[in-house]
Amino acid sequence: MTAFPAEDQIPEELRPLLSERAQTGETIVLNMGPQHPSTHGVLRLILELDGERIINCIPDIGFLHTGIEKNMEAKTYEKALVMTDRTDYLNNLGNNLTYCLAIEKLVELDVPVRGQAIRVIMVELQRIASHLVWLGTHALDLAAQSVFLYCFREREVILDLFELCSGARMMTSYIRPGGVWRDLPPDFEPALRAFMKDLPRRLDQYEAILTKNPLWLDRTVGISPLDADTALAQGLTGPVLRACGVPFDLRRAQPYSGYEQYDFEIPTADNGDVYDRYVVRMQEMRQSLRIIEQAIADLPTGLFRSDNRKFVPPPRSELGHSMEAVIHHFKLWTEGFRAPHGSVYAATESPRGVLGCYLVGDGGPNPYRVHFRTPSFAALQALPVMAKGHLVADLVAIISSLDPVLGDTDR
Amino acid sequence: MGVEGKSGSAGTITLPLEKAVNWARTGAMWPMLFGLACCAIEMMSAQAADYDMSRFGMELMRGSPRQSDLMIVAGRVSRKMAPVLRRLYDQMPEPKWVLSMGDCASCSGVFNNYALVQGVDEVVPVDVYVAGCPPRPEALIHGILRLHEKVRQEPLTDWI
Amino acid sequence: MGTLEQATELVTRELGDNVLELTTFRGETTISLKAKAITMAAKLLRDDPALNFNFLAMLTAVDYYPQEPRFIVAYRLYSLPNNLYLGLQVPVSGKQPELPSIESVYPSANWHEREVWDMFGINFVGSHDQRRILMPHDWEGHPLRKDYPLGYEEVQFTFNFDEIDKRKPYAKE
Repeated sequence: MTAFPAEDQIPEELRPLLSERAQTGETIVLNMGPQHPSTHGVLRLILELDGERIINCIPDIGFLHTGIEKNMEAKTYEKALVMTDRTDYLNNLGNNLTYCLAIEKLVELDVPVRGQAIRVIMVELQRIASHLVWLGTHALDLAAQSVFLYCFREREVILDLFELCSGARMMTSYIRPGGVWRDLPPDFEPALRAFMKDLPRRLDQYEAILTKNPLWLDRTVGISPLDADTALAQGLTGPVLRACGVPFDLRRAQPYSGYEQYDFEIPTADNGDVYDRYVVRMQEMRQSLRIIEQAIADLPTGLFRSDNRKFVPPPRSELGHSMEAVIHHFKLWTEGFRAPHGSVYAATESPRGVLGCYLVGDGGPNPYRVHFRTPSFAALQALPVMAKGHLVADLVAIISSLDPVLGDTDR
Repeated sequence: MGVEGKSGSAGTITLPLEKAVNWARTGAMWPMLFGLACCAIEMMSAQAADYDMSRFGMELMRGSPRQSDLMIVAGRVSRKMAPVLRRLYDQMPEPKWVLSMGDCASCSGVFNNYALVQGVDEVVPVDVYVAGCPPRPEALIHGILRLHEKVRQEPLTDWI
Repeated sequence: MGTLEQATELVTRELGDNVLELTTFRGETTISLKAKAITMAAKLLRDDPALNFNFLAMLTAVDYYPQEPRFIVAYRLYSLPNNLYLGLQVPVSGKQPELPSIESVYPSANWHEREVWDMFGINFVGSHDQRRILMPHDWEGHPLRKDYPLGYEEVQFTFNFDEIDKRKPYAKE
């Protein structure tokens, strides 16, 4: 971290954003640089400090900008799916799902019920995995280092489950247009049930360490309380908004992929401070477990991916004896399916908030424009409002309670 | 060069000295926290309990470049980040090594476009490349062990 | 409780001939407006007590080079009490790409508008902060425009390995 105490050391492009007290050197301008242990990725914050109090906080993002949106325009719809794994790298299956929902809306492709149920199981497992990483890094930022190791141990079990289904731990590309890539293997269900039996006990252990811990309470209660109107005006969604008391969850409001048949609660809290966000996310993990239990209990049989061969490639076993299968396979893997003219917007509830995909088709095999409306982008925009008046140590707690993922923000 | 030159036929002194110094360098090589994107999560998994990197000497990840030996570039390096990367590399004291973790750091991986540096070896000299998207924690540990082997074979250069 | 019909009827009534078109595609309703009316439309939709579109879900742009109007700036508004999505679209010309900012209505629009400026070069008049957000601050060009190249680098296979190796800028130390 470098400090700019003198006026001539403040860079030109920052000058109009800082107050007059910074220009004269009365307040310190501190650069919490892109490489920092607590910024959850490459986030640069320019802080204007009066002692240790933050007067203003200017986020500078873009250090992980990958040009995903432009790159997706150069690939076909199914090949561009690979890139969606890498936008929000803690919610890979959720990104896949959002993009696939947009494609299916655009081309009017139906997903069979088994495919929808498998998608729900995968996305909820991904939600638990993402919240475990959040808990581990949040606790690590506030110096509870052992919770980090415990959470990653649980996460390894989930990643093993993903590897069982798709072959990859993180970048699975398992959810594809029309359903899922392939069926669940037979040893998935016993492994999942073992995990489901184990997790509530472990969550109780983590809550026993943190929830009533005076150190934890001192560092999180009362830090950046938000009211619902400010949160909505700033574009915040997800656990941060639910901690302010607004029971808004897209899985309930605009259900997708069969969520309307599952029974789950939407946890909320009252004050909207860092502690409440922690409480909401811990409860969300338990609710996700509840959804998975219901989904795996009566998992429908049947197709796991649509058999509309205009959009979904045939399985390789059919290629040996069906000419139509060979033709469809050839067409779909060389040129890809064509989508009509028009634009759609499909949104899902990612662990960070509302994740939306705006897809514009132009009649060709490549998407004309893909835009991801990501929750971390809105959350970081609200950071200056939330951080004003707090200490630098509280800023660390605030950033990790927002759970930003810089891949999500910068795309 | 310097030590060997001054001691004449000093193969008997410098060879074990070389081995000792290189062994010490690999014994506790602390990486700098330079996780950028998805590979950072796998690096954190490798540091955590299941695939413990502390067994190989990497007990801590130092936040400051001044206190670390190894820079694991984990993730995609965008053009905005490249000067920052170079500056941090320059701030690391000798001896230092760079391990390029993942496809995006080695060759920009899936993303062949305007926004990324096509391979971090355009910015810093890389010692070991670990492939994968993201590489499994075991692959990262394999890369680190290869780096240790490479360090053990480094000759003693102007050590005075 | 508001409905989409009430929303479209309110906008067409208040804005008259600033409304260009009303479309419905795959169950989503989109109102196409002239550029100068966008802030007023957003304000109407947010402040109406029955409709209460209190959340800006999305703000982005699409480049239709070389057609005129070149850009279309797309908005999606969401009403939490009524659980309704409404889309707004503003066609913007390529020769002078600018339109009013809706930051005064939805404060969260600021970063989205900065991103549209950065990626497309569309100027939002009335925005308090119009800097680059994702690209470096001194970058030239607007990457997501259709006439901006992808920046694709030739892939190094075995047959062209050496020639690409020679001209690739490796860092030596």
